[in-house]
Amino acid sequence: MKIRHLLFFGSRFNLFFLIFFSVLFSLFIFLTVEAEETPELEDEIPVAVEASPASPTNVTAKDIPNDKGGAITVSWEKSADDGAGANNVTGYEVLRSTNRDAGYEHIGNAAPGATQFSDSDTQNKVRYFYKIKVLSFTGTSVSLPSLPAFSKRQWFDLSRLNLFILALVIGFAIFYFISRAKGGKELYIRKIAGLEAVDDAVGRATEMGRKIIYIPGIMDMDSMQTIAGVTILGRVAKLAAEYEAKLEVPVSRSLVMVTCRETVKEAYLNAGRPDAYNDNMVYYLTDDQFGYAAALDGLFLREKPAVVFLQGQFYAESLILAETANLVGAIQIAGTAMPSQLPFFFAACDYTLIGEELFAASAYLSKDPKLLGSLKGQDVGKFIFLLVIFAGVVLLTLNSVFEWSLPNLAEKLF
Amino acid sequence: MNQENSQEEKSFWEKLLSIDRRIIFLFIAAAIAVPLFFKVSMHIPVTPVVQEVYNAIESLPAGSKVLVSFDYDPASMPELQPMAEAFFRHAFRNDLKVIIMGLWPQGPLQANMALEEVFKDEDIRAKNLQYGIDYVNLGFTAGNEVVIDRMGHSFEESYPKDGQGTPLSELPLMKGVKNYDNVDLIYSLSAGYPGTQEWVQYAVDVFHVKLAAGNTAVQAPSMYPYVQTGQLAGVLGGMKGGAEYETVLGIPGTAVRYMFSQAVAHAVICLFIIIGNLAFFSLRKRKRS
Amino acid sequence: MRREVPLVLTAMVGLTMIIAHFIPPFNILKDMFEDWFFIIAAFAIYLGVLNLLRVNADKIYKKRRDWPFGVVVILGFLVITIPGLFFSGGRSFSELGTPFYYLYIHVYYPLSATMFALLAFFVASASYRAFRARNVEATMLLVAAFVLMLGRVPIGDWITAWLPEGYRLGNAADWIMDFPQTAGQRAIMMGIALGVVSSALRVILGLEKAMGGD
Repeated sequence: MKIRHLLFFGSRFNLFFLIFFSVLFSLFIFLTVEAEETPELEDEIPVAVEASPASPTNVTAKDIPNDKGGAITVSWEKSADDGAGANNVTGYEVLRSTNRDAGYEHIGNAAPGATQFSDSDTQNKVRYFYKIKVLSFTGTSVSLPSLPAFSKRQWFDLSRLNLFILALVIGFAIFYFISRAKGGKELYIRKIAGLEAVDDAVGRATEMGRKIIYIPGIMDMDSMQTIAGVTILGRVAKLAAEYEAKLEVPVSRSLVMVTCRETVKEAYLNAGRPDAYNDNMVYYLTDDQFGYAAALDGLFLREKPAVVFLQGQFYAESLILAETANLVGAIQIAGTAMPSQLPFFFAACDYTLIGEELFAASAYLSKDPKLLGSLKGQDVGKFIFLLVIFAGVVLLTLNSVFEWSLPNLAEKLF
Repeated sequence: MNQENSQEEKSFWEKLLSIDRRIIFLFIAAAIAVPLFFKVSMHIPVTPVVQEVYNAIESLPAGSKVLVSFDYDPASMPELQPMAEAFFRHAFRNDLKVIIMGLWPQGPLQANMALEEVFKDEDIRAKNLQYGIDYVNLGFTAGNEVVIDRMGHSFEESYPKDGQGTPLSELPLMKGVKNYDNVDLIYSLSAGYPGTQEWVQYAVDVFHVKLAAGNTAVQAPSMYPYVQTGQLAGVLGGMKGGAEYETVLGIPGTAVRYMFSQAVAHAVICLFIIIGNLAFFSLRKRKRS
Repeated sequence: MRREVPLVLTAMVGLTMIIAHFIPPFNILKDMFEDWFFIIAAFAIYLGVLNLLRVNADKIYKKRRDWPFGVVVILGFLVITIPGLFFSGGRSFSELGTPFYYLYIHVYYPLSATMFALLAFFVASASYRAFRARNVEATMLLVAAFVLMLGRVPIGDWITAWLPEGYRLGNAADWIMDFPQTAGQRAIMMGIALGVVSSALRVILGLEKAMGGD
């Protein structure tokens, strides 16, 4: 399996892409690598100075892990007068210096009761000392300085290691199945009723002489659901062109209008009916959610379409649209990945693509091996989740029944 | 005679099954509107998810800073505005400092409306709250979840000035508030995108902030997985959630007042479902026999 | 070139954002891309407004079907925008007491809330139509809907006040929300997340036709 075959936008740009990225990464390494010197930390403990109100104690400072540097966490035990005592605390000031004995500057505040502060304005590999100044109505006092600390860059965020491994596994699975599909291997995909019904629905519209209205959601092209909706539109438009059905696509965003126009135009061209395409088939209404819903309701009631497709990202207007379409007797094929709107579509529409079925639609309809392969890779991810959930349930159940100490293990793993 | 009777009954059940929607709409309109004229106080038990929101705010010491994100528009006002007003009352009575922002353009305006309402209270007025010292309104910034992500590094990168054009450095409340490390709680009032889910994904998971939320009734169920995992301290769901919050706060407001109306509407919908099923079963029995 | 350049840009930006999540020093590039996104997002709002005006002006000029509504749209736009921009008396347009604020409270808010309120009626008609005990699954759905609709309002506890504390309709509704509902939500969210990952990977690799891929 050659790397070149895994990148699909032409070998010339594969090369450009690889070179560009290599240069960028190298520049990064070159400009940002610093000497691995570790400044020595001193061990002696300074002498305490009494102050009133009671000063915070045990001030410590340490580098914030798993970041690009430039940040130190300062912790302390709060003043004994914080929340009690004669000198009730009104707040803390955080002081910083590169010299233990002098040159402290005020860098931030903390509320009464606070025991931590993040200094996100440090230079890497520079030693800083911190003091905490407590404020009250009767006066102030300053803590002992902390031991020195310095921030440093970590090259990998270890707290995300499990996510990284999971991403690699799923990514590899997707690439693997894509290459298998390209190699001619048949990949099984179960039937999705909503997508199987598309052909019949478009045929119905042709027979009845009524329109097909396609709604690609109310969000913009940066939403994956809108992209999925536009992909299905391509298929519906091609069918509409072949069956000579009337298609209308009212949209809510100007960028979506531009994309939908290109998609529908290409679909009509591929169907051999470029003459039947008209820019006015795809038109913009308004960005406002309920303005859009009101306009669509009026359209449904006036035009009485045979079929209404609701494919994309919807919010509260979903039920309004579905019920109005039902009122005029249209068949409705809906699809969304919004968990809060799925119940409405499920109750009101004839067919519903639930969640990831919407994203699978582009692969399902085109039967393109590359896209089908990505679906199989996705299933590997789901299988891993199932295994992990099952293992977690078993471990926690065993512990609750037998009181083993396995929850610690389960908690650590999951 | 029996056949004629069964003919009438059959048509009655069929008519019931295909009843004109407008009759249903009329009943619903009456069910919602008529109870508004009656003052009926109902016992509103407080659910744990709402109690957690209350506890999260109540446990903050005086002077703590709370970042409130107003991510809704007037359409969701009936559900979320009572939560906003109740929160302001809770925060100001506990002497918390409030930083208002909006990821929706209408959000900061909704905040101003809620403040206008809350400042009518005698005890809140007596505190003589000052803009810039006790509360600020940073306004709206375009960018959705990118704004949330950038605020984790620096508030000033996303909001160089507040909603009135004052640089953040000139606001006393914002001195020392660089990013999420310097706020004690985030409270998200959300009706859609961007909203609480984005706050969980980009603020809680990345910067480990403490987050409580108020959502519309439709969206609240989607937040329960986050409450169970501890990513969300608690969630207020719809007008019922707002009513519970007002109840636990001890300051009954709009949400409590309108609960009777909502209760009657729910009961009427249940009644229609029963009627529909009776008609369905009667017709099915007739067809079988 | 027209097709390849956007694909390469998409791939570079997409991969940088993914890598930056795991390798902190890449956040410098990520921050730069996010700055660009801020600018594009702000201009996208203007693009929407300009498009609205252009489409409706075109409709009026060519006297297309329903062109008087285009006049209403443009008039409404001007009525809201001009006071907001020019008649705020030096204050921010969103402050209390400005003409924009007055229009927002007395025009925009009632219109918006009314459209959202339509949902109450449509929920009733959809419930009447959809909640029929046709089979076992539909019956379970029906029972759950009943329990939740009554349990989520005080009337549920009032009806079952004779039952001991902890066994009333409200408690049953809370149980449904905490367990079966949350489990279902979580499963759907996981599936959707995987779908988004797979779709995003297809977009980054230039496989998605809607985004100019093969």
